[in-house]
Amino acid sequence: MAVAVEPMPRYRRSDRLRRRGRELLQGWGFAAPAIVLLAVFLVLPFILAIYSSFTDQRLVPNPNLPTKWVGLRNYRRLFADEGFRSGLIFNGIFVFVVVPLQTAFALGLAVLVNQKLRFRNAFRTIYFAPVAVTMVVVAVMWTSFFNPSAGLVNTVLDTISFGFLTPERFGFLNWALDRHGARAAIIILSIWQGVGFQMVIYLAGLQSIPDSLYEAARIDGANPWQQFRHVTIPQLRNTTIFVVLSTTILAFALFDQVEIMTQGGPQDATQTMILRLLTFGFRQGQVGLGAALGVFYFVLVVVVAFTQRRLLKEERAVA
Amino acid sequence: MAVTAAVGHVTEGVEVRRRSWWRRRQRPLTYLVMVLLAIFFIFPVVAMVVLSLQPNETQVIADQDSIWAFFPRAVSLQNYEDIFGRDGVGRAVFNSALITVVTVGLGLVVNSMCAYGLARLQWIGRDVVIGLVVALMIVPFQSVSVPLLLIVNRLGWLDTYHVQIIPFVANPFFIFLFYQAFVGLPKEIEEAALIDGAGRWTIYRRIVAPLSRPTFATVGILQALFVWGSFFWPLMVTRGPDVRPLPVAMQVLFSDPNVPLGDVFAFAAVMTLPVLALYLGFQKWFVQSVASQGLKG
Repeated sequence: MAVAVEPMPRYRRSDRLRRRGRELLQGWGFAAPAIVLLAVFLVLPFILAIYSSFTDQRLVPNPNLPTKWVGLRNYRRLFADEGFRSGLIFNGIFVFVVVPLQTAFALGLAVLVNQKLRFRNAFRTIYFAPVAVTMVVVAVMWTSFFNPSAGLVNTVLDTISFGFLTPERFGFLNWALDRHGARAAIIILSIWQGVGFQMVIYLAGLQSIPDSLYEAARIDGANPWQQFRHVTIPQLRNTTIFVVLSTTILAFALFDQVEIMTQGGPQDATQTMILRLLTFGFRQGQVGLGAALGVFYFVLVVVVAFTQRRLLKEERAVA
Repeated sequence: MAVTAAVGHVTEGVEVRRRSWWRRRQRPLTYLVMVLLAIFFIFPVVAMVVLSLQPNETQVIADQDSIWAFFPRAVSLQNYEDIFGRDGVGRAVFNSALITVVTVGLGLVVNSMCAYGLARLQWIGRDVVIGLVVALMIVPFQSVSVPLLLIVNRLGWLDTYHVQIIPFVANPFFIFLFYQAFVGLPKEIEEAALIDGAGRWTIYRRIVAPLSRPTFATVGILQALFVWGSFFWPLMVTRGPDVRPLPVAMQVLFSDPNVPLGDVFAFAAVMTLPVLALYLGFQKWFVQSVASQGLKG
């Protein structure tokens, strides 16, 4: 607070001070409820997460065994845990498959519904609608569609391939019962639910590209594909960075659909970090281990978020 | 837009004939693709509603992988009566509605008040709080969930409504959205009101809040969608049906092999249709609220 920066006439100083004092009280008054809630339910558990990740804290304490400091034991146990490693693998696969697919799909949808076509608002409404459907419901619906013997997906595949695509011939068509099928099913339903969100972000990005850029490209003789390649894509750089990294963070958080559809199975093929977090911290009551996983997860998210900031800053520096 | 607009303009030289072939077919092809995509995005919702109206469970199982999943053969509310006759289902609807309304209501007040204090008042510690709010936006809830469970367990808050409400009222990202909106408002009206002797609270209530209705709508929808669909935390803090919200009740219902599929679809429709109705009614706000997350970078 720079009190002395502006020299004020002496007779108004007490006024200013009184006003400053009042604003101090009012400022804290307005902010206090949120600050208290954030301190108790976000900052405190965050500090506790870091601290208890170095202890053998349990959810239900044993009075005979006081909680003690265990150093890095939780982190060692975490990385030695089969389930957690499987979780990292499926989270990784999920990121590498869903992020490019969903980003490209969302851009395609955005370009489609950004055209001057009749009914385009109706199409936008429909493409975005799954975002309003709770993930648990999405997972329940798709679990029944992916039923190997009586599900809509296999019936459609069977019909359009004249009986060639059957679970008997292709194991992954057993969906939730097969390692690859379960992964594919979760990826498909996740894209179905999430792509509308990215479409909306891309649509906003497309609409912020000035028409003059396209006019200039046309005068230079660029065809539609060249315009898309050399005007649209570069202009959407920041939007793409945001979409890619926010989808990555969401992909690390993968939980609801897996818990409903496969509970991480078969044989840990669809295990995820957050599923493991729930198992450690809640089902087994090992707070220390769960907290260590939480800290690891936090670091992962921070790395992604800082990558995003770094990339966006570079853009600003260039422009 | 980019692609079609361009096609309309490039009509010179040898390319004319090839382009006109493409141009004549482009519209119908575009529509075909768009309709197929629309079917892809809408079919689960249609099947859910159609099958939920079929009272005969054998027929539900027979129809679910046929064309009859999309055209109702029977229209009956029997499944809906059945699920509401079940223990805990009506209760779960009430619980979710209550938790969502209270969390969003409190959240709008608490987060916007904090943002107003940060945007318009000079006070010692303000800059620290702004920095803290921005830093906290990055902390994912899951990473603090286990110690939070420990805290609420010690407080004896398990199996209550407030354990599902209070931790989710204040949210750094929502404070940030309000802050951005308030900073962008013209200061003159507020200054005039101050000179007329209005207090800060009056200015916040009577000037700033009404002028920022779009932001309140945006944040409210975002928070409501989040709370309504919340599954991970309630799974840990609710055990019995008393305070259990819809997503957990759905899991319980779905994992019970004795529950008919028709009932599951009816329950899914109960969870989905109110939100879809709100979405169709307030589409602009829904889209805006989702797009506002683009600010998070």
